[in-house]
This record gives sequence, structure tokens and C-alpha cells, in this order.
Amino acid sequence: MSPWLPILMAVPVLGAIVVALLPKGSDKLAKQVTLLVSLAVLVLTGVMAAGFKPDGDRFQFVAEYDWIPSFGVKFGVGVDGVALVLVALSVVLVPIVVLASWHDADGVKTADGTLITPKRSVKTYFSLLLVLETMMIGVFAATDIFLFYVFFEAMLIPMYFMIGSYGGAQRSYAAVKFLLYSLFGGLLMLVAVIGLYVVAGSKTFMFPELVGAIQDPAMQKWLFGGFFIAFAIKAPLWPVHTWLPDAAAQAPAGAAVLLVGVLDKVGTFGMLRFCLELFPDAAKAFTVPIVVLAVISIIYGAIVAIGQTDMKRLIAYTSISHFGFIVMGVFAMSSVAQSGAALYMVNHGFATGALFLAAGFLIARRGSPFIGDYGGVQKVAPVLAGFFLVAGLAGLSLPGLSSFVSEFMVMIGTYSSQAHGSGALTAAAVVSAVAVILAAVYILWMVQRTLNGPTAEPVKPFKDVNAREIWVLAPLVALIIGFGLFPKPLLDVINPSVQQTLTNVGVPTSTIAEKGTGQ
Amino acid sequence: MTTHYLILSGLLFAIGAMGVLIRRNAIVVFMCVELMLNACNLAFVTFSRQVGNLEGQIIAFFVMVVAAAEVVVGLAIIVTIFRTRRSASVDDANLLKY
Amino acid sequence: MESHIAEIAQHTGGVIGLSWLMIAFPLVGAFVLLVFGRFTNRWGHLLGVAMSLASFAVAVLAFFELVGFGEEQRRRAVHLYEFIPGMVDMGLLIDPLSISFALLITGVGSLIHIYSIGYMSHDEHRRRFFAYLNLFVAAMLLLVLADNYVGLFIGWEGVGLASYLLIGFWQFKPSAAVAAKKAFVVNRVGDFGLLVGMFLIWTTFGTLAFGELQPITSENPTTLAIGLLLLLGACGKSAQLPLQSWLLDAMEGPTPVSALIHAATMVTAGVYLVVRSGAFFFPEGSGAALAVAIVGAATLLAGAIIGCAKDDIKKGLAGSTMSQIGYMMLGAGLGPAGYAFAIGHLITHGFFKADLFLGAGSVMHGMNDEVDMRKYGGLRKLMPITFATFFIGYLAIIGFPLLSGYFTKDGIIETAVHHQPILGWLAVLGAGITGFYMSRMVFMTFFGQKRWADDAHPHESPSVMTIPLMILSLGALGLGAYLVLSNRLLLFLAPAVGRPEELPAFHFTSTPGLATLALVAVGAAFAWMRYGRAEVPSVQPRGSFLTTFARRDLYGDALNESLFMRPGQWLTRLAVYFDNRGIDGIVNGLAAGIGGSSGRLRRIQTGFARTYALSILIGAALLTGALLLVGNI
Repeated sequence: MSPWLPILMAVPVLGAIVVALLPKGSDKLAKQVTLLVSLAVLVLTGVMAAGFKPDGDRFQFVAEYDWIPSFGVKFGVGVDGVALVLVALSVVLVPIVVLASWHDADGVKTADGTLITPKRSVKTYFSLLLVLETMMIGVFAATDIFLFYVFFEAMLIPMYFMIGSYGGAQRSYAAVKFLLYSLFGGLLMLVAVIGLYVVAGSKTFMFPELVGAIQDPAMQKWLFGGFFIAFAIKAPLWPVHTWLPDAAAQAPAGAAVLLVGVLDKVGTFGMLRFCLELFPDAAKAFTVPIVVLAVISIIYGAIVAIGQTDMKRLIAYTSISHFGFIVMGVFAMSSVAQSGAALYMVNHGFATGALFLAAGFLIARRGSPFIGDYGGVQKVAPVLAGFFLVAGLAGLSLPGLSSFVSEFMVMIGTYSSQAHGSGALTAAAVVSAVAVILAAVYILWMVQRTLNGPTAEPVKPFKDVNAREIWVLAPLVALIIGFGLFPKPLLDVINPSVQQTLTNVGVPTSTIAEKGTGQ
Repeated sequence: MTTHYLILSGLLFAIGAMGVLIRRNAIVVFMCVELMLNACNLAFVTFSRQVGNLEGQIIAFFVMVVAAAEVVVGLAIIVTIFRTRRSASVDDANLLKY
Repeated sequence: MESHIAEIAQHTGGVIGLSWLMIAFPLVGAFVLLVFGRFTNRWGHLLGVAMSLASFAVAVLAFFELVGFGEEQRRRAVHLYEFIPGMVDMGLLIDPLSISFALLITGVGSLIHIYSIGYMSHDEHRRRFFAYLNLFVAAMLLLVLADNYVGLFIGWEGVGLASYLLIGFWQFKPSAAVAAKKAFVVNRVGDFGLLVGMFLIWTTFGTLAFGELQPITSENPTTLAIGLLLLLGACGKSAQLPLQSWLLDAMEGPTPVSALIHAATMVTAGVYLVVRSGAFFFPEGSGAALAVAIVGAATLLAGAIIGCAKDDIKKGLAGSTMSQIGYMMLGAGLGPAGYAFAIGHLITHGFFKADLFLGAGSVMHGMNDEVDMRKYGGLRKLMPITFATFFIGYLAIIGFPLLSGYFTKDGIIETAVHHQPILGWLAVLGAGITGFYMSRMVFMTFFGQKRWADDAHPHESPSVMTIPLMILSLGALGLGAYLVLSNRLLLFLAPAVGRPEELPAFHFTSTPGLATLALVAVGAAFAWMRYGRAEVPSVQPRGSFLTTFARRDLYGDALNESLFMRPGQWLTRLAVYFDNRGIDGIVNGLAAGIGGSSGRLRRIQTGFARTYALSILIGAALLTGALLLVGNI
């Protein structure tokens, strides 16, 4: 029993209570307390992660408490390598988002003074953020499937309010759409969770004990379907993706970062851990259709992104393309591709986070998310433009930046995967590589229309980044470049747990070793 | 014997039900409801007599108590409605809809 | 034929052990200049130059240390760190091939850095310019020094980024921004090939390191596929057909950029890739090698034709660059015999083309940034140094006997005539056209009557610009003879790229050589008649069908536009429409359907108590009936 994870989960929620109870009019204090709490969680996580042994047990920092004994439900937490890096991603992003959202609840004005979003309660916003942090840690750390489900659904609540109360003009439409989509998937998953409990008959929801519990192939397929649809909606995978562009475009930039950067990762994380390990036969049976969906997501997301006129929607569609890569990597059944997919989850969080936040800073200046309203930002705000460009380059997976490593691993792992003998995976990798070209088009075209060219009249009064904005973007850019050149620390943590997953799935070791056959 | 009582009970119930459906005056509707309740009471007592235990009669008492309580609340509502709308017709009290 | 290349030895210590410094110096320079921004404005350009020179110094020392080893030990690998565990170890490979490139990049690069101090002195963003130049040098060095395909690819895209940033350096001009994006996107098409090629290499051989791949003697379908995919990558970076269209637009960048990136170094990366992979995937006589040679021959003609019609001096030179890289590609498609000449031409071209570009820049500098040659004329007296250096570059590129280009280009042509006669004779024809368009450029710029605008005051450039010109023109004068005579370069490169069965001997009087000289003379004479002796109209005449064809870049852009851009835009619009109306339409339609039917359903709640009573009665009756039917009562 290790107290680390319960403490990590308790600190933000306690902080949220403190923030909520602050007296009226102490907005600034609320922001400062939130920032401090999130930084404390970051430090605690750092200390905890330093004690993680990649070659040790699969689940570390395990803690279990009885919760509903009559059903065998436990409050069980613990992290493997993949979960650890995702927890780390969450706690890194939260303080950055806090800093980035400093004025988000103060109301957004256009240049001529009309309010786009009215002033809202600052305390509520920041306590919601901290509650969300607890849930993000919880969902990745849960080893009890029931607990996972609870966090999976409960995460919707703070996010629903963050979009619905603090978002842009279409916020209530977007929030309801987001909620209904997720609830629909969540309920299917609940059915599958109960089914899993009943069919396995082992009176427990603990993940490690349920691995291999379902042997009947038909039953595996049904339960797999329940989990997979929930995760596909969350991820989101084509064709159940349309909630994301709306939600991300309407959410305040900070919330959008957490939505796309972390919440959506729960989908791909769930596929990697639950869909594959609990139902290996079904996962193998469905590999080809799922990879096809993933490839459609990759190409389709990229093409639709090219045609967007709204910056945040554009970024959301690029994410759909990137999630396609992650899903493809997860189901390619090769260790290189799966490690790449797990790494992609982290890198995508940093890269897309940086892009959303930089776009958010542009929008805060101009009061419009539309690309056509910009032009020539580079001339008046070169540093902000530089950050935006670097984040964009990370979005198009420029080698030397972190997303390249993961995208490369996913593609090469999928290409060389022998899981299906047939050329399906190979073809998928080649088709997905076309996205490399499309990515250059959507990012650079956006860059050209916003940063380059003659400076548009409303852009002229733009101020360059202030210190707060530098503190938001610089750490992300440093992480993007750092992990782009030295991905080994992350991969060393991820690899053993991916190997474990593949062993549980029963992929033969020859595929894991992945060394060539032609020589 | 039992059959006759039950037929009477059924007739009373049917008369009550028709009254509830057809009459507009709230007082009359109310009385018809009472008639239905008493029809049930008659059936309960009859069966109690036939089966030979007291359960049916006990339930009849419960029904009476409930009916009495209902009368209190119901008449109070009817009076209030009449005061505000100057009418005791149930069709005039149709604001709670859709 | 077995193309033997030497084994790679692990190396520690010495200058070679520190060769990562070559990359680190300019990288640090770029980092400091970009991160510390305005604070470095005053001395930023000096730091940039210093970092480039430091890198050059390391390259020179490493070169001498390398020469100190025996011929078979001249391939040294320096391990740096584990990049992707179990897949890629990042390391540098210092061998004759990579060190030749490193010397060219840092040497010519440093000269262009120095030149830029003068050329960019009036630009308020000079510091950023030097940051990007340093970034470019670092990336280009990584490209040529990496000991595996992934490292090469990182450098490959890194130079693409630097090129993007530098073409768009004056990004406030929409044309520059568009050209920058175009260059990057077209390059990415090539990168697609390189990426898939890497997938195939990894899947087939289980490694991406040069040192672990085995030379092949005969081709199989897999290596052919890899070869063609790598060629696609090379075409993108080196502006070869069919991915040539970005290079002419890339001239939107400042002239030193055109000299360094789009003439001397980056665009030759494709040649490097082919030569580096030669032993593994392009064995002599293979289909892949033939494809390389064909692409080269086609491009050398296309580039030369484009060069004939351009009035923009930089675009004319860009066409010529395409053409000259076509020669190198042709050479690279001919096996080890061609490699040495391809690399030799690459090096000499690096000198004389940089010389020509910087000369053009010097002219523009004195002419208020005018690029239209029809507005030049008679400049030789006003810019004597620029003229002299430009003229030497000109003689070198047309292959005037005994100058650099003569040896290296003739080498390629003769080898080509020997191995692939048809392509070889096409190359001879290309040399003739080169003689025409380069002479045209010289006559229009430096000879004839003055045609410039009244507010232009042509003057010689400052010495910070002319001294690099002089050094480069020295290279254009003598480097070719030094490298080619007695096969110096070929023997030096042999451990890295293989040695041909019989060493070529340079004949001054071979048939193809004499034919080339004759055609060049004809071309130059023709140019003299039209542009030297005759009056040059200062407004572009309409020109024949052929001229228009060349002016429009052989309709390459039109082709791309109608084949890819228009259908792409159409597809994008369709996809967006499908997403909003199709998929989201279903979602919203479902929501609207549920909402609508509940709206109709709620009408049942009429507010009449007796209606409710009736429905309760009916419900009770139905329930009773159902229970009776089942028989449970």
C-alpha cells in the first residue's frame, strides 16, 4: 500500500474546496491558490515518478480500499508506465492551463468592446479545474474498473460546466452535444462493465484479476464492443467525432487543452489497457476494421482541417487526425507501434496544448477565432508568432520535435507489424503517411494566413507576449524540443508496460522483437 | 350469495367510473370516486366473509381512513379552485398541461 | 559487380570524437540568437559568423585526422546517444563522403555568412536572418553526418524548415509566404517517399543504420522499391522532376539564402542521399539507378530550358541550379564511376553557383534590388570585381576548358555516354543550352547599353561582400582540376562509396568532350548574336510558343494546379460539407428527431382530468385483460 496516489488525488480536490470557500471578491487569491495547489501536485508527482522502477512490478504505488464490499468494488489505484506518463502529462498541463486561463473567466471582449463571453465566477472556474485534475489523475490511476468507470463519467461534469458557462457564443450547444455523446458511450460501457462482472463471476472489478477472465469469444466481442464504442467516442474516432470540434472551439482555450490533451486520451488509454487486455481475441478479430477507421480518421481529419476557417476547430480536426494515428498504433499489435502510440498520447498533449494556447492568446487579442480576421501577426508580435509557429511545427510532426518520434514509431511499427500477415497494416501505414503532406498544408496554410503577409488593420495594435504568456508557452516548447531529441526517458517507462500488454494479448514474441526477416 | 354481492360491487364501481368520466362538476366526480372506493370495500368484505379471515375487513378500514383523508384534502382543493375560478367544473381547471 | 565499401569502425577521442561540435556550434548560435532576441541585435551577426567558422575549423581538423588513417579505416562512427531504444542509436559517421560535404557546407556556408553581413546590413531583422542561417548549417551538417536514416531525416526536415523560414524571411510579402509554404509542402511530398522507404528498410533489414546495411550486388523487387522511394525523397529536396516547381519560387528569399541553400548545399542533399544509399539500393546497372539517371537527364534539360527564358536573374540561376543538379543526379545514377564526378560536380558547383548567386546579389545590391536583367546592361565597368568573379563563375559553369566545371561536368558526361549513351548525349545537348542561357545572362547584365532606371545608382559592393566572391571564384577556377585530375576525389571517396572496376582517365580530346565544347561555343555565339550584339528590349517581348513554355516553367505549376491543387480544394470543400451536413447532419438530425417527437408526444397532456381518468381506466382494463389472458389470476 502506497499513499502516493490517494494523496495526489486528494490535494487538488481539497484545494478546490478551499478555492470555493474563499470570500467574495477574492478572485486574484483564488487564482493564486489554484496555481499553488497545481504546482504542489506537479512537484509531488515528480517526486513519486522518480521512485518508479521501469523494470519493477507492472503496477506500482498500488493502494486498495474497500468501497462497496457487497459487490467487490474497491477504491483501487496504481500506475503502470503508460498510466504514469499520462498522469504526469495531466499534472504538467494543469498549472500551465491555470496560468493560461488567468483572465478567461473575466469575460472576453472584442476590440470594439462588445463582450463575447460575459464575466463569470472566477472561483467556480478554478475550483472546477482542480476537481477535474483529481479526476484526471484518478481515471488514469484506477485499477478497479468500476472506479475507472466512475471517474470516466464524472470527468464530464466539471468539463460540462467549463464549456457551458465559460465558453464562446455557441457554448450551450457544444456543452450539451459533448455531454450527450459521452454519456451515450459511457452507458454502453457501463453495460459492458456489468456484463464483465457477471460473466467473469469472480466478484471483483479489479483489472489485474479480470485479465483473461473472459474466454468465450462471442462474449468477448460483445463486451469489447461496449468498451470500444465508449472509447471511440471519447478519443474521438471517425465517424463519432463531430462533438470535438464544437466542444474544443467553444471551450475556453485552457479547457480545450485539457479536453483534447488529457480527457480524450482516456479513450485511447482505455483501448490500450482495457479493450486489448481484457478481450484479446476480440481485439485481434476487430483489428482490421478498427485500423481502417483509424486511417479514415487520419486522412479525413487532415482534409477537413485544411478547409476550416476557425482556428480552434482547425486544431480540433488535426487532433482527430492525430488520434487516428494513436488508435492505429494501439491496434497494430506491435511493440514499436504501441510504444509510439503511448508516447504519442503524451506528445500530442504538449504539442496540441501549445497550439491551442498560442491560438488562444491570439484570439484573446483579436476577439475572433476566424483565420481570415488575422494577417501579419509576425510583424507586430514576433515572439508570439514564433511560439505559434513552433507549436504548429510540432503539430505537423517536424523531426526534432517530440511528435515526430511518436508518429514515426506508430507508422513504422504498423508497417512492419506481422500481426495480420496480410498487407492490411502495411497498406494502412503507407496511406497514413500521406497525412505527413496534408499536415504541412493545414498548419502552414494557417500560419501563412495568420502570421504572414501584410499586417491587417485590427492586428496592428497587438502587443507581444507578456511574462505570463511566456511562462505558459516556454515550458511546453521546451518539453516539445527536449522530448523530440531525447525521447528515451519516456520510452524507457512506457516500453515495459507495453510489452506486458502485448504478452497479455498473446502476440508472439517474434513480433515483439520486430527484427527483420529479409536479411 | 357471494356472487350477488360481487355483482352489486361491480355495478357500483361501474357507476362510479362512468360518473368520474362523464360528470363535470368536481363535487359529483368526487362523490363518484367515493362510490368506487366503497364498491371496492364491498368486494373486500365479501371476499373476507367467503375466505373466512379478517384481512379483507382490515383493508376495508384502511380504505375508509384513506378515503376520509382524501375527502379532507380533496374538498379543500375543490373549495380553493371554486374560490379562484368561480366554477366547480373539472374541465375549467386545465392549466397544468403540456 | 561488387561495389566494395569499407567497414565502419567505432571511434572515440580525437577531433573526430568531438565532431558533434560541428553541429553544436551553429545550433547554439541559432538558439542564442532566437531566444535572447533583441538583446543580441548588435552583435548577433558576428556570433553567427563565428559559430559557422568554428564549425568549419572542426571540419578541417576532423578532415586531417581522417586522412591520417589508412584508406580502409577512413570510415569512423561516433556514437552519441540512444535515440529510440531498440531502434535508433544516434551517431555520426565521419567518412570521406560526409567530411567532403561538411567542408563544403561549413566552408561555403561561412563565406556566405560573411557576405550576408554586408548584404543584410540594411535589414532590421538581420539578427534573425543569421539565426536561421545557423540553424540551417546545423541541420545540414546533421543530414550529412548522421550515421542512420532517422538522423539524416531529422536533418533533412531541419534544412527544410530553415529553407521555409528563409524563403519566407520577408514574409510580409504574400509572394514570399506562399513560396515558403510551397517549398515545404512539395518537399513533404518527397519526404513521404523517404519515410515509406525507411519503413521498408526497417521491415526488411531490421536496421536503419548505414553501418549495418549490407551492400548488394544484384537488385530484388524490395531494394528496387526502396530505391524508387528514396529517389522520390531526393527529387523533392533536390528539385528534380516531377517535384521541381518549388525551387523557382524559392528565389523570393534573400539572395545569400538562394546561394547557400538553394544552390550550394541543401538542394544537393538528394544527390547525397542517392550516393550514400548507392551501395545498398542503387547498385550499378539496377533499375533504381537507371531511374535516378533518367530523372537527372530529364531535369538537366528542363532546368536548362527554363533558364533560357527567364529575365529574372535569380530565376535564371535557379533554372540553372536545377539543371546542374540534374547532372549530378545523372552521375549518381551511374554507379561508383559516376559518384566521384557527381560529388565533384556538387563541390565545384557549390563554389561557382554560390559565386554566381552572390554576384547576382551584389548586382542587385547596387541596383536597388532590381532583379530584371532587361533593366541591367553595361554594368561591367561600374562593378569590376563583381563582373570579374561572376565571369569566372560563368566560364566554370559552361565548362570552359581547364576551369572547375569543365572537369567535373565533362566527367559526368563522358561516364554517362559510356554507360547510358542516350542519356549521355542528352547531357551534351544540355551543356550546349547551358552555354546559351549563361552567356545570355552575362551579356544582358554586364554588356550592352545601360537600361536601368534613373534612380538606380549602380556601385561596387563593399569588401565584406566582394572578398567572399573572390574566394569562391578561386574555387571555381581551380578546384575542378585538383579534384578530378589523377582521380584524387574518386580515390578519396572510394572507401565510402565504392571504387569502379577501372579508374577513368581524363581525356581532353574525347568525342563527347569535344562535342560538348562545340555545342557550348554555338550556344554562346547564338547568345552573343541575340543579346550581346543586338539591342535588348527592356520590356519582355511576347516570344514564341517555346519561350512561353519555358517562361511558365514548362507548365509545371499549371500542371500541379490542375492535377492536385484544384481537386484538393474541391475535395476539402466536399469533406467539410460532408462533415457539417453529412455526419453532423445525422447527429443533429437525430437530436432534432427526438426533440420533435417528444414535442408531439407531450400534446397528450391535455390538462383535462377526465381524459387522464379515462386513460387510467383503459390502462387498468388492458392490464387486467392481459393478466386474464396469461391466466395468472
